[in-house]
Amino acid sequence: MSEIVAKVKQKQIAQLIAHGKRLDNRGITDYRDFQIEAGLIEKAEGSAHVKLGKTEVLVGIKIDVGEPFPDTPEEGVLTVSAELLPLASPSFEPGPPDENSIELARIVDRGIRESKAIAVEELVLEPGKKVIVVFVDIYVLNHDGNLIDASVMAALAALLNAKMPNYVVEEGEVKKKSGYTQLPIKNHPVSITFAKIDGKMIVDPWLEEEQVMGARLTMTFEKDGNICAIQKGGGYGNFTVQQILEAAKIGQQKSAELRKLVVKE
Amino acid sequence: MPEKKAQEKQKLIDKEGKRVDGRQLDELRPIKLEVGLLSSADGSAYIEQGKCKILAAVYGPREAHPKHLSLPDRALLQCRYHMAPFSVEERKSPAPSRREIELSKVIRESLEPAVFLEYYPRSSIDLFIEVLQADGGTRCAGITVAALALADAGIPMRDLVVACAAGKAEGKIVLDLSDAEDKLGEADVPVALMPTPEEAITLLQMDGNLSLEEFEQAVNMALNGCRQIYKLQKEALKAKYVPLKEEAEE
Repeated sequence: MSEIVAKVKQKQIAQLIAHGKRLDNRGITDYRDFQIEAGLIEKAEGSAHVKLGKTEVLVGIKIDVGEPFPDTPEEGVLTVSAELLPLASPSFEPGPPDENSIELARIVDRGIRESKAIAVEELVLEPGKKVIVVFVDIYVLNHDGNLIDASVMAALAALLNAKMPNYVVEEGEVKKKSGYTQLPIKNHPVSITFAKIDGKMIVDPWLEEEQVMGARLTMTFEKDGNICAIQKGGGYGNFTVQQILEAAKIGQQKSAELRKLVVKE
Repeated sequence: MPEKKAQEKQKLIDKEGKRVDGRQLDELRPIKLEVGLLSSADGSAYIEQGKCKILAAVYGPREAHPKHLSLPDRALLQCRYHMAPFSVEERKSPAPSRREIELSKVIRESLEPAVFLEYYPRSSIDLFIEVLQADGGTRCAGITVAALALADAGIPMRDLVVACAAGKAEGKIVLDLSDAEDKLGEADVPVALMPTPEEAITLLQMDGNLSLEEFEQAVNMALNGCRQIYKLQKEALKAKYVPLKEEAEE
């Protein structure tokens, strides 16, 4: 049903965007209200709850000891998964991760991994044998559009909030000592997502805009402004080269603004 | 492990500015394309790009399966990108990985803008991409060969879609990354292009680290690669269909 409503609204949304306006009174490059709360799940080593407009994402970090990947024996392990919970949207169903939740997890993963946000070389207990594993679990609680940016920011906030147990290796066995140290975070990736609607580009699409968008483009920026990850997706549409290069410029600027909301320095 | 260490020291670009396999910075790997080699499929194609060997087949338009996925106003394009267990150094489990599920999605989305899906409501066009040997750039080669298989199946399309990656290796922007450049290089930017009616980018991904200037340079280099491969795609189609046309006219 939502598709049919969306088609009726498509014209209205497109007409407004042509005049630089949006249904919810935002400008073309405005984000919705952003709220963040970190450390709300005591049993998790790190956590953050992000509200981007009505979109809500909770990220929990669990830290454990495991084996390194054979090709990176001297690096800790990062694992990102995403759950599109059935309570978050009438269109989400229970079951194993579908392509949308896998794509979401992999976009967040790429931002953290490629920006080298986590100092994985500091997470080695016994080279080649035992390393610290960081699990980032993305829990989508309410879907009102732009899950990607909300998830990237929630993941970053949760990582900044994360503490790891003091592990020591004694006679080949890993033991937990009392106390915690901060998870070493070196970079702060922030993604900016664009939607193309009737040939025009907007940032932070909410649900009704996502339902009518022709295509989606997400660019993830490091704290020095370089790009570390990109994903085009969504819809049946495409982009011109000019649109992509313009998006990169806008994204670089917007990501610096958003980063200030997540990273308090 | 020592083998890996040795590989890490391997230089990707030599003093004369040539790459490990002797290519210039903006040179494609050798490409071989063939159209219509599988008899059961409605359309098929094969590509060799460097050491990549990929087969694509199209079935349809046919009844959608499972049926509830079918769309009232257009055909469903279903795409499965899959790697053979023997296609890589260490055996890959044949079960679809998260990477393959994501790639199936982005490949499908790179082709959807080209296909007139609205001509076949409630039906399904099923595309299967099998990577027989992987050597860097399989998603791009997969798109290039999939577009040919769709065309061979007689599916109406606005144009072919063609894909090519550019990236960064040892500080230099390079075209069509090999396996080593993909793994040891600093960035990978796969791009898919639909050349007409006006140049449209239908796939764009990136991982690594690039400044805005480098990104612009990489996108433009990848697009140049796409334009070269596009010519080869058209030649491959002609190689199958021009003789058929001549035969029919006799």
